[in-house]
Amino acid sequence: MKTIKVSVVTPDGPVYESDVEMVSTKASTGELGILPGHIPMVAPLQIGAVRLKNGSKYEFIAVSGGFLEVRPQQVNILAQSAEISSEIDLERALRAKERAEKRLHERRQETHDFKRAELALQRAINRISVAERKI
Amino acid sequence: MASLRDIKNRITSTKKTSQITKAMEMVSAAKWNRGVMNAKAFVPYMEKIQEVTASIAMGSKDSNHPMLTNRPVKKTGYLVITSDRGLAGAYNSNVLRQLHQTIKKRHQSNDEFAIIAIGRVGRDFFQSRGMNVVLDIVGIADQPSFAEIQDIASNTVGMFSDGTLDELYIYYSHYLSAIAQEVTEKKLLPLTDFGAGSTKLTSYEFEPNAEEILEVLLPQYAESLIYGALLDSKASEHAARMTAMRNATDNAKELINSLSLSYNRARQAAITQEITEIVGGAAALE
Repeated sequence: MKTIKVSVVTPDGPVYESDVEMVSTKASTGELGILPGHIPMVAPLQIGAVRLKNGSKYEFIAVSGGFLEVRPQQVNILAQSAEISSEIDLERALRAKERAEKRLHERRQETHDFKRAELALQRAINRISVAERKI
Repeated sequence: MASLRDIKNRITSTKKTSQITKAMEMVSAAKWNRGVMNAKAFVPYMEKIQEVTASIAMGSKDSNHPMLTNRPVKKTGYLVITSDRGLAGAYNSNVLRQLHQTIKKRHQSNDEFAIIAIGRVGRDFFQSRGMNVVLDIVGIADQPSFAEIQDIASNTVGMFSDGTLDELYIYYSHYLSAIAQEVTEKKLLPLTDFGAGSTKLTSYEFEPNAEEILEVLLPQYAESLIYGALLDSKASEHAARMTAMRNATDNAKELINSLSLSYNRARQAAITQEITEIVGGAAALE
C-alpha cells in the first residue's frame, strides 16, 4: 500500500510526523479524504478531528483552526493547536466545556464574548470526542 | 581610612549581593535554555506557513487583499516587545531607545502613531512620556504559549484590517547568541516581503478559492510572526539577564578582593600600632 508523509505542526512545536495511508479531515467546505498522489492543494480547516489511517489502525488528532497543505508526497497540517488523542487532558476539556457553557448562558448573543465562548465550547467538545474516539 | 568594622560590613553585604546575583544568573541560564528551545521548536511551523503564504500570495498577485497592498499611511502602529522586569542589562533600554528615536524622527504629532506594548517596561516607558499606548499586555510567562498572546496579536492585526492602522512595525531584540542581541525592526503589515529564497513555488489548487484562503491564512501568518518575535526576544531577555548577572557577580568578587586587601592592611596597621605602643610603654618604664 502506498503511503503519504503527514506532519502536524503548531506554534509550540511539531506534534505528529509519520507515514500513513490516508488522511481524512473536515475542511470548511466539507469532508476531505487525501490519498497518496493527491494534487497540490491548500484548504482551511475547521475545529475538528484529523483521522490518519495506517493499515487497520486509526490515529486521531484534534486540531483547532489552521490549514491543510497537500503535496504529492506530503501533507502538512498547520494548526494553532493540535493534540493526539492519547495526549488529551480529558478532565481539562470537560472543565473547559462547562465553563464555556456557563458563559454562553450568561452573555447575550451578538457580543464578542459570546462568540469566543462558542468557539471555546467547540474546541472543548472536539477534544472530548477525539479523546473518546467517537468520530 | 575606614574603620575595621566598616570594611567588614561592606565585605559581608557585597558577599550577600553576589550570592543573589549568582542565583539569578543560574535561574536565567535555565530559562535561557528553555527559551532557545522554544524558539527552535517554532521554526518548523514558521517555515511551513511562510512557504505556503508566499506561494499563495505570489501566485495570486492580482488579488488585492487589504493585508497585501500598501495604502497611504495616516497612522503607524509600533509593536514593541520588552520584559516585565529589569535587571537585564541594556536589554530593554536598547529597544526603547531605538524606537523612541525612530518615532521622534518620523512623526511630528502624537496622532500619527500608536504603540502596542508587550511587557511592563515598554508600557510604562511610553505611558510616562504621554505617548499613545493603545494596547498592552503584561505578565507574559517566561515560556509563552501561543494562546497567551493570541488575543493581543489578533487585536493588533484586526486594527490593521479595520483601517485604524495603516502600517505596522515590530521592535524587539533578536537573539544572536548568549552574549549578543540585536535590536530589530521589522515591517509586519502590509505583508510585502516574504523572504528571498522562496522561489521554488508549487502551484496549488485552492479549496474553496484563493481569496478565501488568504482571508484566513494572512491573519494567522501575521499572528505567528508576532509570536515568533516574542519567542525570539524572550530568548534574548534571558540571555541578557544572564550576562548582566554574571557581570554583577564578577564585579562583586573584584570588590570583595580589594576590600579584603584594605581590611587586612588596616588590621595589620592596628597590630603594628599596638606593638609600638607596648614597646614604647615598656621603654618608658626602664
